[in-house]
Amino acid sequence: MNNKILEFSSISKKVFMALAGLFLIVFLLVHLTINLFLLLGDGGKLFTASAHFMSTNPVIKIFEVFLFGGFILHIIIGILLTLKNWASRPVGYNQSNKSKTAFFSKYMIWTGLIVFTFLAIHMMNFYFVKLGLVQPPDGVGKHEFYQMTILLFSNKVYSSIYIVLLIILGFHLNHAFKAAFQTLGLNHNKYNCTIGFLGTAYSIIVAGGFIIIPIYFMFFF
Amino acid sequence: MSKIESKIPDGPIAEKWSNFKSHCKLVNPSNKRKIDIIVVGTGLAGASAAASLGELGYNVKIFCYQDSPRRAHSIAAQGGINAAKNYQNDGDSVFRLFYDTVKGGDYRAREANVYRLAEVSNSIIDQCVAQGVPFARDYGGLLDNRSFGGAQVSRTFYARGQTGQQLLLGAYSTLSRQIKKGTVKMYNRRDVLDVVVVDGKARGVITRNLTTGEIEKHFGHAVVLATGGYGNVFFLSTNAMGSNVTPAWAAYKKGAFFGNPCFTQIHPTCIPVHGDFQSKLTLMSESLRNDGRIWVPKNIEDVEKLRNKTLKPKDISEENRDYYLERRYPAFGNLVPRDVASRAAKERCDAGYGVGATGLAVFLDFSEAIGRLGKSVVEARYGNLFQMYEKIVDENPYETPMMIYPAVHYTMGGIWVDYNLMTTVPGLYALGECNFSDHGANRLGASALMQGLADGYFVIPYTIADYLADEIHTPRMSVDAPEFVAAEKAVKERLEKFISIKGTHSVDYFHKKLGKVMWEYCGMGRNEEGLKKALELIPVIRKEFWSDLKINGELNEYNPEIEKAGRVADFLEMGELMVRDALNRRESCGGHFREEMQTEEGEAKRDDVNFAYAAAWEYTGTDSEPVLHKEQLEFKDIELKQRNYK
Amino acid sequence: MNLTLKIWRQPSVDKKGKFETYQINDISADCSFLEMLDQLNEKLINDSNGPVDFTKCPVSFDHDCREGICGMCGLYINGRPHGPDSGITTCQLHMRKFKDGDTIVVEPWRSKAFPIIRDLVVDRGALDKIIQAGGYVSVNTGGIPDANSIPISKRNSDLAMDAASCIGCGACVASCANASAMLFVSAKVSQLALLPQGKIEAKERVQSMVKEMDSLGFGNCSNTYGCEAECPKEISKSNIARLNREFIGAKVCYENEVTRAAGGA
Repeated sequence: MNNKILEFSSISKKVFMALAGLFLIVFLLVHLTINLFLLLGDGGKLFTASAHFMSTNPVIKIFEVFLFGGFILHIIIGILLTLKNWASRPVGYNQSNKSKTAFFSKYMIWTGLIVFTFLAIHMMNFYFVKLGLVQPPDGVGKHEFYQMTILLFSNKVYSSIYIVLLIILGFHLNHAFKAAFQTLGLNHNKYNCTIGFLGTAYSIIVAGGFIIIPIYFMFFF
Repeated sequence: MSKIESKIPDGPIAEKWSNFKSHCKLVNPSNKRKIDIIVVGTGLAGASAAASLGELGYNVKIFCYQDSPRRAHSIAAQGGINAAKNYQNDGDSVFRLFYDTVKGGDYRAREANVYRLAEVSNSIIDQCVAQGVPFARDYGGLLDNRSFGGAQVSRTFYARGQTGQQLLLGAYSTLSRQIKKGTVKMYNRRDVLDVVVVDGKARGVITRNLTTGEIEKHFGHAVVLATGGYGNVFFLSTNAMGSNVTPAWAAYKKGAFFGNPCFTQIHPTCIPVHGDFQSKLTLMSESLRNDGRIWVPKNIEDVEKLRNKTLKPKDISEENRDYYLERRYPAFGNLVPRDVASRAAKERCDAGYGVGATGLAVFLDFSEAIGRLGKSVVEARYGNLFQMYEKIVDENPYETPMMIYPAVHYTMGGIWVDYNLMTTVPGLYALGECNFSDHGANRLGASALMQGLADGYFVIPYTIADYLADEIHTPRMSVDAPEFVAAEKAVKERLEKFISIKGTHSVDYFHKKLGKVMWEYCGMGRNEEGLKKALELIPVIRKEFWSDLKINGELNEYNPEIEKAGRVADFLEMGELMVRDALNRRESCGGHFREEMQTEEGEAKRDDVNFAYAAAWEYTGTDSEPVLHKEQLEFKDIELKQRNYK
Repeated sequence: MNLTLKIWRQPSVDKKGKFETYQINDISADCSFLEMLDQLNEKLINDSNGPVDFTKCPVSFDHDCREGICGMCGLYINGRPHGPDSGITTCQLHMRKFKDGDTIVVEPWRSKAFPIIRDLVVDRGALDKIIQAGGYVSVNTGGIPDANSIPISKRNSDLAMDAASCIGCGACVASCANASAMLFVSAKVSQLALLPQGKIEAKERVQSMVKEMDSLGFGNCSNTYGCEAECPKEISKSNIARLNREFIGAKVCYENEVTRAAGGA
C-alpha cells in the first residue's frame, strides 16, 4: 500500500488526504456529541449508555476499522506530502515570506503532529484500557469511562494540556475544513463564503465544545 | 541590371495567391524528413512558422534569446488583430482591408503582398480560435470586434488589452506540441550572431549560448529570420530590452538587401519620458483612442499654470481646450492613423502647448467617455490599461486625464523580400516585422499581429516548399565546412574584441548616445541638414565605441554586457543606414516625414513620380557606402491618392 | 533616495553564492526597480578597474519587455516575489514603494525545479516542459472551420481569458511555501477546459500535465494561496479547484492510464 501511495500523483494523494480528513471531521462531531453528555448532570448515565453502545454495536465496530484506516492514511499521506514539499525547496530564502497567505495552512504538519501525540495519550487513557491493553486506574473498571474522565479532568495539569491541545486542533480544523473542499474541487463562487463560514464555525464549535468539558469538571463539578 | 526581382505571380490580384499555391513546387513527406530548417525568433511569425513547418514534417531548429519562446515581444501587443470577416455587417471585405492597409501605408507597400495578407487574415482568426485563444465575445457567444485607427469598419479582434499575448501563447502552445513530438528542436537563451552562406545559399547560423558563452554552429537547408524590428536603435522605444537587429544585420552583411530602413513608426499613445535613467517606453494601446479624446490647452497661459501646478487639467473649460485631432481631421477625429496622430502631437508640443513637466506630452481624456458610458463600462474596456498607467505614473486616469507622447514603436522597414518572403540570398527568408513587405511607410494598428501570423502559418509553408523542392538532393552539411568555420572565427574575433578594448564607458553609454542622435535627427521629423549631421555623428560614436568600450566579466559565462555590446555594435551601423535612406527619400510618406516636403497645412507630401519605389540597400562594407536598388511599386488595383483623413 | 541593497550573487549553478551589500544613492522615486538595478550596474562598471571579482560585475537578472507582460523578470524582494506591491511584475515595481534609507534584500526564485544560472537568473524551463506535456489543443495549421461556428458563452470565454492571462513568470512557485506549480498548471488546464475547443482532449491533458509537473520537482499544493497573492495577473485560486475537479473527473472516468503519444496526433 505504501508503494502505491508513493506512486500516486500529487493531486490523488491530496484527494485521499481530504477524504480521510472529512471522514475524521464527521467522527469528531459524533465524539463531541457523546462527550457533551458528560455535562448533563445525570451522573453520567447517558454518557455511559452511549459509550456502551459505541463499543458494542457491530455496525460501529465496522466503522471503527474505517476510522483507524482514515487516521493512518491521513497521517501517512500528510507526512509524505510534507517531505516532498520540503525537498522541493532545498535552498530557502534569506527573508521569510511576507506574502498574504492562509496562515494555518503553513503549519498543518506541526499542528497535525501535535494532535497526533495527543491522540496517542488519549488512546492510552481510554481506548487501550477498553481493549485491556492498559490497566485502568485503581478502583475503576475498564468500561467505566465516566469515572476515568472525572479522574483525568480533576487533574489540573492534564486538563490544561488538554485545553491547549484542543486549541491547536481547532487551528488544524480551521484550515482543514475549507482546504478539503478546495482539494476536492468543490469550489463555487456562490457557496465559497458558506463553506468558509462553516469551516470557521465548525472549528470553533468542535474545539470549544471539547474544551468546555474539562473547564466544567475543573471549576463547576 | 536590377538584382531584385519581386516574383509576383501573374493574374488578377485576387487570384495571384491561389495561382501560386496551385502551381508552386511541393516536397513529398518522405523528403521533408531529410530537410532541416532553421528559424530565428519565437514571436508570432517565428513560432507559427516553426510549428507549421514541424507539422508538415520538416526538421526544424528554432532559436530565441529569451529563456522561453513564450517571451518574444509579440506578447506585448495590446490592441488586436485585423481580419476581413465582416462579422459586424459594416461593409468590410478582403478588398477593403487590402485597400485600407495600402492607403494606411501611404502607398509604399507591394500590392500583391498586401492583398495576400488580407486574403489569409480570416484563416488566422479561425486558426487561433481553434487553438483556444479566448477572443472577446458578445453575450450571444459570437466574436466581438472593435475599431482601430485608419479604418471606418470594426474589424479588429481582441482579447482584452492582451491580444498579442494570447495569440503568441496560441502559437507557443502549437510550437510546444511540436517540440514534444520532436519535429522542432528548441534552443533558448541563444543569440544568433551570423548567417552562414555556402555557394550563395543560406545554410546555417552561428549562435552564442548565452548561459555558457559557447559558440555553436547549426546547419539548415534554409534559414528563416523572424527576428522582429530594430526600433531599439533609438535606445528608448516600446520594444523589449533585448529586441535587436543582429541576425537581420548579419544577413544584410551576407548579401540580403535591406528594404526601406528609414520607415519607422512612432506610436502616438505612449507614456512620456520622465528621466535620464529611463530604460524603455511603455505603450498605451491605440484602442484607447476609441473613447479617449486628445487635447492640449488652447491658451498658452493655461499651459504655464498647468506646469507650475496652479491649475488642474479638469479645471480647464471645454472652450479653452484644443481637441486638435478632431479640429484638423473631423472625419476620422481621434482615430487617424498613427503617423498622423504622432506628428500632430509633435506639432502642438513644438508650438509650446505641450503639457507635463517636460512639455513633451498631450492629454488623453476619458472624462467625456466616463460621462457617456459610465465608469464601469470604461473600466471593463480599458481597466487593465488604466491600472498599468497608474502603476507607472502614480496618477489615477479615471480622475485626471492621461498624459501621452509619441514613441518609437515599430519598424516598417526590414530585410527586402520577394513575394515568396525570400531575401536576395537564396534559402534565406524573412518573416513578420523583420521583413519590409506589407506595411509600406506606416503600419495600421492591429496589422502587425496579422502579418506575423499570416507569414508564419499560411505563407511560408507554401513558399519555402517551392525552394526546398530543389534541395531534396542536398545532403546535410557538416558544420566543419570551411564557410562555417570562417563564420565562427569571425564571430569569436568580434566578441574577443569587445572584451579586449578595456575602455572607460559601458555599452549603455554608447547606446544612449546613438539613441539621442537618432531621435533628434531621424525621428518624427527629418530634414536634410539634420540627416547630414547624423551621418557625421554616428560614425564618430561608432569609432568611440570600438575604442572606449568597457565590459566587466568574461566571454565564456553568462554575461549580459556581451549580449548588449553585440547588439549596440550593430545598431551603430544600422542607424547610419536608416539615416542614409531617410536622406535619399526626398518625400514625406507615412512615418517618414521630411520637413521640407509638406503641404501648406503641414501634411505629408508624397512624391509618386520619383519615389514610388521600395529602397533596397546592398551592403558593400562597413565604411563604404551601400548601393541602392529600387523596386518600382506598381499600383494597378488602387489609385494613388493623397491620403485624406479630414 | 539612498538605499542599501543586499543582493544574492552566484557566478554559476555549480559555484557557491553569497549575499553582497551595495550602496546606491540619488535614486528617483519615479524610477522602476529594474532601472534602479540598471543604475547600480552602470555604477559597478564605472567604479571597477582591471579584472574584477564576480561581485563587482554587473548584477545579472532576467528582464525583457519591461511592461509586465513577457514574464521574464522575477525577483524575490524583501520576502515577496515581485516586491512590495500586488498585481505587478518586478519591472512594474517603482521605487516610490520604498523609503529613503531602506535596506532591500534581493533574492532569486528558490525552487528545486528552477536551478540558478547566475545571480538572480534562474532556469524556468520546467514550466515550458509542463506546457509541452499537454498545454495545447492538438490542431494543425489549416482546414479549420469558421471562427464563429461554435458560439462560446461570454462567461466561459471571460473565465478562460482570466486564466489565460498567466505570463509564466513563476512567482506562484516562488511564493508557495512548497514551491508548487499548481497555479501555473491550473491556469492552462482551466483555460482549455473552459473552451469547447480544448474540452475534446481535456481528460488526457490534465493527467499528462499533472504527471509532468510531479516529475519536475515541484511541491504539492497545501492551499496556502501565496500563489494567488503574488500572481502579477491576479489569477484566482479557483482555477486550482477546477484543476482538482478536472483531475478527479479524469481519473474516475478515464479507462486507461495516460497512453497518448507525446504531443497527440
